[in-house]
Amino acid sequence: MAKKKKGFSVFINGIINENPTFRMLLGMCPSLAVTTMAKNGLGMGAAATFVLVGSNFIISLIRNIVPDKVRIPAYITVIATFTTIVQMLLAVLLPELNKQLGIYIPLIVVNCIIFARAEMFAQKNGPILSILDALGMGAGFTIAITIIGSVREILGSGTWMGYPVTVNLFSPATFFILPAGGFMIMGFLVALFNKLANRKKNDNTIEHQDACAVGCPGCSNAAGGGDVK
Amino acid sequence: MKELFVILIGAIFVENFVLSKFLGICPFLGVSQKTSTALGMSGAVTFVLVISQAVTWLVNKFLLEPKELEYLQTIAFILTIAALVQFVETVLKKLIPSLYKALGVYLPLITTNCAVLGSALIFVERDYSFLEAVVFGFAAGIGFTLALLLFSGIRERLETADIPEAFKGMPITLISASLVSITFVGFAGLIIS
Repeated sequence: MAKKKKGFSVFINGIINENPTFRMLLGMCPSLAVTTMAKNGLGMGAAATFVLVGSNFIISLIRNIVPDKVRIPAYITVIATFTTIVQMLLAVLLPELNKQLGIYIPLIVVNCIIFARAEMFAQKNGPILSILDALGMGAGFTIAITIIGSVREILGSGTWMGYPVTVNLFSPATFFILPAGGFMIMGFLVALFNKLANRKKNDNTIEHQDACAVGCPGCSNAAGGGDVK
Repeated sequence: MKELFVILIGAIFVENFVLSKFLGICPFLGVSQKTSTALGMSGAVTFVLVISQAVTWLVNKFLLEPKELEYLQTIAFILTIAALVQFVETVLKKLIPSLYKALGVYLPLITTNCAVLGSALIFVERDYSFLEAVVFGFAAGIGFTLALLLFSGIRERLETADIPEAFKGMPITLISASLVSITFVGFAGLIIS
């Protein structure tokens, strides 16, 4: 029972407390680049979740075999393998989405979220918990970028998932599907998330900034050439 | 020559890596608090970009293409880049200690910089020649430098600004980035493709 409970909290953790996009600010490149449409956000989230689950699972299995010194190249290879699988699957199954997401699919390899979870979680936990963690983080990421995509699509093109929704309400402003709009919507959404979190805890803003301070070098640490020597 | 110039101007202004392609956002947000660190980071990125474009182009042309292994591009590129960054770090440390001192701390951070892998994927997509790929890498680095320097100047000012509680930290940074980004939309008309 206790184990079951732990598994659940590991899963939920990724969606709310440590939401990779809004709380940890990891994986910003795809969160901003592909979110001009809700559908693209959903597709990107699903692809990244697949890679996350696969790589977290494999890494948690090999964590005791791989010597510490070469773990980073080893992890990169595992992640790159799963990314290639996703790339091939998408090319065959959803060629249109694949075209829309373009180079951001292979760029999942350098998505900080995946490396961060490998270093912070899969390396220290068993395969089942690692899969749950990956599912939670993947869901958190998918929900977050689908929200960003929805807001940008509704404001920028007046549609949602491709269906017109704002026909008689207002005319869409192209600004929101431009890169600049992406930065701005992201800024407002993070602020909103901060505000909501602040209601519960007062010192959250500070914690939040710290999360980034850890997050950005964190992903770089993951690259951590320093250890490969 | 003309094509190279178009690539150069294009990658710096029109399709600026950070502000319009969203590549390299992590360092853009992470190390742009001070102009000096921003300069160090962008120097290191430009340096690695030029070398990695040359090496990945050669790997692609003489290893992957002849053996029809294009599907291994992602894996081959990221491993090449990781090895290269390590190599550059070691060589710099031995040969040019002064440059190593200036760029050293930033080098390990570059492997996971999307800009490096991204530009390698772009030259494949656009079928660039060797020279074009290298120039593109250089221009991408300069574009990255420009964005980082501009932005670090703004962030230094933000530190003393009076900002609503919820917007402190990342949100205001993102919104400022949005304003910097929109100025770059103005360059879109520079090149008619």
